[in-house]
Amino acid sequence: MDKYKATKKVLMRTAFQEQWIAFETIVRREIARFTRIWTQTLLPPVITQTLYFVIFGKFIGERIGDIQGVSYMAFIVPGLVMMAVINSAFSNVVSSFFSVKFQRSIEELLVSPTSNTAIISGYVMGGVIRGILVGVIVFLVSIFFTRPTIQHLGIILIFIILTALVFSLAGLINAIFAKKFDDVSIFPVFVLTPLTYLGGVFYSIHSLPGFWQQVSLFNPILYMVNGFRYGFYGLSDVSVGGSILFLLVLTGILTYANFYLLQKGTGIKS
Amino acid sequence: MKAIEIKNLTKVYANGTQALKNVDLEVVEGDFFALLGANGAGKTTIIGIVTDLVKKTSGEVKILGCDIERDFSKAKKFIGVVPQEINLNIFERVIDILVTQAGYFGIPRREASVQAEMLLKRLGLWEKRFGVPRTLSGGMKRRLMIARALIHKPKVLFLDEPTAGVDVEIRHEMWKYLRELNGEGLTILLTTHYLEEVEQMCRNAAIIKGGEIIMCNSVKKLVQFMDTEVYVVSVQQTKDVSSLQHFKPKVLDETTLEVELSRQETIHDFVLALTKTGMIMTDIRPKGHRLEKLFLEVLNK
Repeated sequence: MDKYKATKKVLMRTAFQEQWIAFETIVRREIARFTRIWTQTLLPPVITQTLYFVIFGKFIGERIGDIQGVSYMAFIVPGLVMMAVINSAFSNVVSSFFSVKFQRSIEELLVSPTSNTAIISGYVMGGVIRGILVGVIVFLVSIFFTRPTIQHLGIILIFIILTALVFSLAGLINAIFAKKFDDVSIFPVFVLTPLTYLGGVFYSIHSLPGFWQQVSLFNPILYMVNGFRYGFYGLSDVSVGGSILFLLVLTGILTYANFYLLQKGTGIKS
Repeated sequence: MKAIEIKNLTKVYANGTQALKNVDLEVVEGDFFALLGANGAGKTTIIGIVTDLVKKTSGEVKILGCDIERDFSKAKKFIGVVPQEINLNIFERVIDILVTQAGYFGIPRREASVQAEMLLKRLGLWEKRFGVPRTLSGGMKRRLMIARALIHKPKVLFLDEPTAGVDVEIRHEMWKYLRELNGEGLTILLTTHYLEEVEQMCRNAAIIKGGEIIMCNSVKKLVQFMDTEVYVVSVQQTKDVSSLQHFKPKVLDETTLEVELSRQETIHDFVLALTKTGMIMTDIRPKGHRLEKLFLEVLNK
């Protein structure tokens, strides 16, 4: 009879444990989502990057020769891996979060005691996992075309994690603001893709005229690609330490922005 | 103890619409409470604010003594909500929807699976547990939303027009289940347009108009506000009703008429008058929808 009466029963789980379970639930859901639709999430970047390896690396790269002492094919591997990481991390979070927002199933999360910390870290973790997974697959594919050397594994890990983190956080901000499906593709098409192509994936900025070298320094993706490439070949157009610091600052700013927007209820609460 | 305590609740939306004006509302623990009002009266806004889907402009809301802002984690655990519009994730399986929802409340998967099985069986959805929402009928989706709202064992359940668009049979099954839950001590607040059912099921009700609570009382007392009650009378053959003018008779067909009795009059008074006309009564029953009549009267004032 009194099954639903309020009781002052001591809670068995601590608040931290409950938030951890909520975080774990979001991450599990995210992984289940992108593995369920793997033909849309895991396969396309691998096919695209393989085409880059074949066309730019093999057919065109053989005519280009070495860049900074590394074969062109080997030179573009880190950039292409990073490109896949950036796109996958970003699109995972933006499409997943916007999808639940669009279907209004986000209300499941909003009516629960799940904290903003668990929501942000859960979705971002989903993006980071997919980004890194796709990056690893693309790297494994690259082994069929060349033999990239690994000089600083730690640097590689730092850059791949920080880059996936930055773009997952950016994807979440995009999803929070997005009101229709078009809004989800505006940033990737008009900002992300141009910045990635101009971010030193296919060339060293030293091959550019002075003015364009300076312009390139304003492109955040340049620092990610170069730092990551440094981990493989010890080559970088920019300071590696400075790049890590830049990524950390960017992570901090984007994390704060996400907290602020969720707290304010932007795009999700009226 | 008060299950829901709302004080001076005000909501002004960004476009300037004032949806709620200093709403005060109290619902005691264990109550089955109805919130009645026309579309746009503010019912969904109240539920939205209580369940943290809408940000309040000012005022205070407490659930079982816990402030929804200061003690939001505890307050949210007390609340279960079944929204008006279907908001299920169309890509997730039925069982996963429940276990995931439990996870958001900090309940581990194993514990959630047991509760999910119990709820799905009780709501007749167990056979559909591996299906996705689009394979479910409208009634099943509603029941799934009820199961989802109950997965974390809340103490106060908010139902925003849960039976809208649900066929009669399923509606009655749902009401039966909700009555059982209320019998077990769960406090229920619902908004609905099926006023006859409010009359049958709810103990207390409030009527909201233009963002203000204009009447709040027990359903019985609200019905008593009605000065008259309409009865449907079956007779063997209708005859001249001129001597019944006092009861405002309406002849519906050859064997049925409708009469209105004031609160001071008894059915006995009417039967005596009817007998004098020579008509033989075979049945008499209240027309029902009394609350609906009151509702319309109050709203039209």
